[in-house]
Amino acid sequence: MRVALFVTCVNDTLRPRTGRATVAVLERLGVTVDFPMGQSCCGQPFLSTGYRGRTGPLVRRYLEAFGGYQHIVTPSASCAAMVREQFPRLAGETAAGVASRTFELTEFLVDVLGVTDVGAYFPYPVAYHPTCHGLRVLGLGNRPRRLLECVKGLELRELAGAEECCGFGGTFSVKNPAVSAAMGADKARAVTAAGASAVCAVDNSCLLHIGGTLARQGSAVRPVHLAEILASTEGEVW
Amino acid sequence: MKTQLGMPAFPEAAGRSTRDLRLRANLRHATGLIRERRAAAVAELADWERLRAAAAAVKDRTLRHLDHYLLRLEERVTAAGGTVHWAADAEEANRIVTGLVRATGEREVVKVKSMATQEIGLNEALARAGIRAYETDLAELIVQLADDTPSHLLVPAVHRNRGEIRDIFRERMGHWGRPAPKGLGDRPAELAEAARLHLREKFLRAKVAVSGANFMVAETGTLVVVESEGNGRMCLTLPETLISVVGIEKTVPTWQDLEIYLQLLPRSSTAERMNPYTSLWTGTTEGDGPRHFHLVLLDNGRTDTLADQVGRQALRCIRCSACLNVCPVYERAGGHAYGSPYPGPIGAILTPQLRGLASPLEESLPFASTLCGACYEVCPVAIDIPEVLLHLRARVAEGGEATLRGTRTVIRPARRHTLERTVMDAAAWALDRPGVLRRGQRLAARTRRLHPRRLPGPGRAWTESRELPEVPPESFRDWWARTRGGGR
Repeated sequence: MRVALFVTCVNDTLRPRTGRATVAVLERLGVTVDFPMGQSCCGQPFLSTGYRGRTGPLVRRYLEAFGGYQHIVTPSASCAAMVREQFPRLAGETAAGVASRTFELTEFLVDVLGVTDVGAYFPYPVAYHPTCHGLRVLGLGNRPRRLLECVKGLELRELAGAEECCGFGGTFSVKNPAVSAAMGADKARAVTAAGASAVCAVDNSCLLHIGGTLARQGSAVRPVHLAEILASTEGEVW
Repeated sequence: MKTQLGMPAFPEAAGRSTRDLRLRANLRHATGLIRERRAAAVAELADWERLRAAAAAVKDRTLRHLDHYLLRLEERVTAAGGTVHWAADAEEANRIVTGLVRATGEREVVKVKSMATQEIGLNEALARAGIRAYETDLAELIVQLADDTPSHLLVPAVHRNRGEIRDIFRERMGHWGRPAPKGLGDRPAELAEAARLHLREKFLRAKVAVSGANFMVAETGTLVVVESEGNGRMCLTLPETLISVVGIEKTVPTWQDLEIYLQLLPRSSTAERMNPYTSLWTGTTEGDGPRHFHLVLLDNGRTDTLADQVGRQALRCIRCSACLNVCPVYERAGGHAYGSPYPGPIGAILTPQLRGLASPLEESLPFASTLCGACYEVCPVAIDIPEVLLHLRARVAEGGEATLRGTRTVIRPARRHTLERTVMDAAAWALDRPGVLRRGQRLAARTRRLHPRRLPGPGRAWTESRELPEVPPESFRDWWARTRGGGR
């Protein structure tokens, strides 16, 4: 099977290792990965800040870059939600097909490939934070947990108030810094209390906020994208 | 409402309340408790999702034909002995109610908890006319005694704990009527007894009552008030004159439609299976209840909201407050930061529509959300609050068309957003040019050791509480090009 990787602008620029990990997992499962170089940002930061009119070129760019693929895979629930839920509203019928062929990584693994054990090894206690767009827009349900439960050596720790937003919210984090920081501090405290050595999610934007807050609090807990855990093997720990 | 004019924009007000640790603790405790109970009460009904869809559909259909249903309602209320008045805005509604009270010769009224009368600032308008309005809902009483404003739709004094309430009763009850009993403690039963004694005096004396209504049934002209204490029923039955001020969107066509909402509302708001006191009345009845009944139908921005194809779904709201209780932003910011009787997620979409983008406060409200979607998930009438927030954000940032007092108006982009707009334009330009994006990534990578840990200006908002992400030495696309030969 051949898929196109939509790496997202945040991962491309700030967390390329998540993109590399996604490639590693998919290739290990026998999938051929393409990376259309014309890809850029899905436009979500513009839409959610009120600049709906600025999303047009980015939506068109996405449709051009990925239009020819049957499966488009992205390691970001938030960007997948933007493409699937908002593109048809922004660009109408022309976007509906590509939107429905765009999958968040855990959806692709569990639903399309039908795999939960990807042969990963990650010998650490991990707390999983279900990010809002994965949980409530895409409806990922227990897919990420099922994947994590199959990782050898991994011990899943319960996170109190797991389904509550971390307070990132894109430009919310700078437009409403006090509330964002208060929410982030509560999330970081819950992560620390879970006794995990890593906090895991399917969105690096949320992890930048949670990880940045943990680091400022002097915590040793590492933010790790789920793809990096799935890419880890006994031979190569990410 | 009057006291809330000139409020600071949401971020400043919320910034202050996040530092109020007692407020944070009160809210965390109260909302956490009701959140779990609501979830349990909703889980009991196997057909919740279908009820929710029906509730949204009935409201949408009613709103589409609101002119028809309002005229039918007026006809039925009039036939049953009531008098219907139409108020285009807050000022007109206040003038009508003040005139009606004056005509009775009374100088005081008892009030049933009502959002509509708070929205129009009725108590303040009555006070200016020399008429005292006594709030009789326990929490509204606490708010009124403390000269405070409500911070929650359903639990207006949710920001107060019982120690604070005891102090308010001790210090203030005497100014408004019967003082608190000597040596009043802070046990709930003691506080309730003090309120009962204080209010009973007013119920027995009052000749005029003012209420709102949760629903109006068009087919019979019946009004419905849903409450938990029985104080509302005292006001609705004892006085000689009853004046109800109700938003026009509260109309439902039939009793059969009402049945849907009476299932959804108690479970969503108080997590109860059935509401404790549901009062229904149709006009006046000889020898039973008020002899004079006036219904003031309030527009005050509702028709303007109805003209907005995306925003109009906010008018489905039945004021259950489930969205407030589940909202992580409300929990930290508190209700007062929203600068309106309608706080929380529903307030963030309702206030800017009812009032228009009148000031920096209204302009800031659509941004008072992380778009986490918890509000939409719990809303019993399926208002897609995140979608309406996005819609209103675009109106603030980019401008557009809206209806204001019945006239299509061009809204100009908000002035405050000029710098942001420039940054957004530059970002959109660069992101649409992968070559430019790539050069930017490489520049950031080459200078990564020079990046400061704390940023000045707008960036400070990030680095105040969080570390900046470290820029990697190589972007993903450069890695791909280097190892996979440029891809496609």
